[in-house]
Amino acid sequence: MMKIEAIIQPSRFESVKDALLEIGVEGMTVTEVRGHGRQKGHTEVYRGREYTVDLLPKVKLEVVLPDQLVNRAVDAILKSAKTGKIGDGKIFLSRVEEAIRIRNEERGESAL
Amino acid sequence: MKRMGIVCCSVLTLMLLAVPLLAQQSPATATPSASASSSAASQAVTDKLNQLEQKVNAAQSSADNAWMLVSAALVLMMTGPGLALFYGGLVRQKNVLAIMMQSFALMALITVLWALVGYSLCFGGNGPFIGNFHMALLRGVGALPNADYAGTLPQSTFMVYQLMFAIITPALITGATAERMKFSATLLFMTLWFFVVYAPMAHMVWGKGGILNASLGGRFPTLDFAGGTVVHVTSGVSALVCALYLGKRVGYPKQPMPPHSLVLSFTGACLLWVGWFGFNAGSALASNGLASSAFVATHFGAAAAAIGWCVAEWFKNGRPSALGAISGAVAGLVAITPAAGFVGPMPALAIGFIAGLFCFWMVTKFKSIFGYDDALDAFGVHGAGGTIGAILTGVFAQTFINPIFGDGKAVGGLDGHWSQVANQLIAVVIAWLLALVGTIVILKIVDVTVGLRVSEEQEVEGLDITLHGEEGYNLEG
Repeated sequence: MMKIEAIIQPSRFESVKDALLEIGVEGMTVTEVRGHGRQKGHTEVYRGREYTVDLLPKVKLEVVLPDQLVNRAVDAILKSAKTGKIGDGKIFLSRVEEAIRIRNEERGESAL
Repeated sequence: MKRMGIVCCSVLTLMLLAVPLLAQQSPATATPSASASSSAASQAVTDKLNQLEQKVNAAQSSADNAWMLVSAALVLMMTGPGLALFYGGLVRQKNVLAIMMQSFALMALITVLWALVGYSLCFGGNGPFIGNFHMALLRGVGALPNADYAGTLPQSTFMVYQLMFAIITPALITGATAERMKFSATLLFMTLWFFVVYAPMAHMVWGKGGILNASLGGRFPTLDFAGGTVVHVTSGVSALVCALYLGKRVGYPKQPMPPHSLVLSFTGACLLWVGWFGFNAGSALASNGLASSAFVATHFGAAAAAIGWCVAEWFKNGRPSALGAISGAVAGLVAITPAAGFVGPMPALAIGFIAGLFCFWMVTKFKSIFGYDDALDAFGVHGAGGTIGAILTGVFAQTFINPIFGDGKAVGGLDGHWSQVANQLIAVVIAWLLALVGTIVILKIVDVTVGLRVSEEQEVEGLDITLHGEEGYNLEG
């Protein structure tokens, strides 16, 4: 089992979600987050005072998948989240030791 | 010959009126004697004419009263929710309730002061500097008009209309003290400020015998239709003094302090614009042509100023902003306030446009040069806009709009009466001095008694929680 954490542009979220559903991903957890990588924010001006807003709104999407689905999921995210501009986000992969469904205490991949 | 003609016409009219009257009142009586019937007839005509005159007066009075009651409500709407939303959106989220509460508290506080002695101190008697206590506790203020002010209105209407001005004026100052002044200090400051600055200034400009009054025996007749000096210069200059005395907010100007909701500010500004029709057109104190003229001038001034500010912004920053547009409109409304009942639409456009550019410069450039923290730009918009508006009123006032000095006499500079600009300057200087000195003294008193600023911890945590024990937004609750 692997966990995919993808931090993406909010504007790409709908198409990323659709692409994941298409390849058979059944569940996901989504959070609205703020952050920056190399993009380093933008400037806002209020009555002549300039503010640099360095933490920009992003969407963080987390899915835990059986190993055989991971590569296809990563491809789907890459394809649907990419705009080619700075600020498109990142994908992190990590190994997950165990998954437990709370309702019936199923364990392992069948709990996903 | 002409007079004869008029007399003949009048007699004829009376006779024409008398015929149906006689027919109505004594259809059964025959004509006992010619002379008796003619004297009875003329008595009946006189009575009828008196009745008609009363009815005409009553009709005018109720028309004026209807408009003025609406105007009073419109001006109250400028403070709550207008100004409360405008300022509320400009502060940080943690202080939204505190700033709105200040406006609301003034709606209550000033109303009570007004009923006790405030109205009398502004409009009682005929002294040069301040009123008296003759109308304290609103003695004698009821359905009958006050002969000196608004002769067609119940004095209650005039009184409550003027009250709404006394409410919004101190509320404007809260823009400069925002996010750091104690609530208790605000209440004490505003109470003292009402007596020391507002009441004298209102009496000097609008009160009978006030030295700046234009139509009731002032030494320096000043044109201030709806409160350019009384409301905006006094509050704006006091705002500057407060900002300087209180000092900067913690973290200013290093830490970003962007407005937490321009949507609130936008809504508030639109309510201010609409409410301002009551403020300016209502200052005609009647539902007449002058009110319409002031209404038009107000609207045009606001529009031109919104454009002026946005144009300046577009040139300087490459983008026009929503905050710029609404700030410009408010600046234009401020500047047109003293002029509203004295200028036609074209001067109104000019005054608005100039005010839009000038206040933009004051808020963006002047403030950063001197580095004071006028948090929500009460001075940059109201002090600056009020000052330039008061002066420009002396330049642009037009006799054909409002012959306040008598028929045919020039009113403003462009009409040929340039000394009016000097009078306007005198009024501006008096308003500045009164606001400067009065505010410094009051701040000192409040500082040594209850203290002005919240503690640094309270300021960082936010005034909503620390002063009022609540939060503006509990969206997850």
